Amino acid sequence: MKSKSSKGEKVIVIPCSGIGKAFGSISRDATYEVVESLRKDATQTVCLALLVSGDEGSVKLVRNNKCITVDGCPLQCAEKNVKLAGGNLAGSLRVVDVYKENRHLKPRGVTFLDLDGQQMALALAEKIANRVDDLRREQ
Amino acid sequence: MMAEISEKKVGIISCSGEECVEGTISRVATRLVLGKLRPDQTVTICLPLFLAGGRDEREFAREYPTVTVDGCNKMCAKVGTEKYSGKPASSIVITDLVKDWHCPKLNSRRTLDAETLSVTRKVADRIAEEVDEVLRHWV
Repeated sequence: MKSKSSKGEKVIVIPCSGIGKAFGSISRDATYEVVESLRKDATQTVCLALLVSGDEGSVKLVRNNKCITVDGCPLQCAEKNVKLAGGNLAGSLRVVDVYKENRHLKPRGVTFLDLDGQQMALALAEKIANRVDDLRREQ
Repeated sequence: MMAEISEKKVGIISCSGEECVEGTISRVATRLVLGKLRPDQTVTICLPLFLAGGRDEREFAREYPTVTVDGCNKMCAKVGTEKYSGKPASSIVITDLVKDWHCPKLNSRRTLDAETLSVTRKVADRIAEEVDEVLRHWV
């Protein structure tokens, strides 16, 4: 993994936003928890579809900043597409890993997360935030 | 996936739109159509997977009519569908609808407030109308 970011640059958190299953919604909600609350000033997100479409600004953003991807299924669209765009991938998290640590949670809602889904998103957000802190310390 | 779909189905392809509230509206409205309004007539496709080369997803969008739902005028869903699978039967852009409907400024891309949820339900109704129209003209 490359590490090109300089002090003051933001970490880009990119969820897969998978639309078919709860884990995709969890990836998205966890990302918002980080970029809007936990590490608001240190992070931002980018539209994955726009990045995959080759949007110049989005490509530049992921190349010039450290990125953390958050994937909901084994296809790992977020991680693969950041790599394909030549992005500076500095962390890759999967919802399933948080699920393995929280097997008592059974998220079912996709359109709107149920309580278990929200709890899993918060647990995942903590992991993302910790990774952001690690990356900021490395700078 | 293709082998499982033998009846008349319309594919709804929503942008992921992580950066803006209209992206969340697009996604939630699509889910409402799939889960509540037209569950037996519609399926969805993960746009990042589709754009990144998902074979089944592209084949589906070539063989079946699609309705694209985009949050903004960059229209990742519409442009991507046209590029890889053919012209969508119908296209919706949330920012255009919001303008036409004279909606107040919408906030919160994470948790939809009452006003944004109301707009989202209107968008879902609009998507369902487009689906009905496509099915009416199915040869």
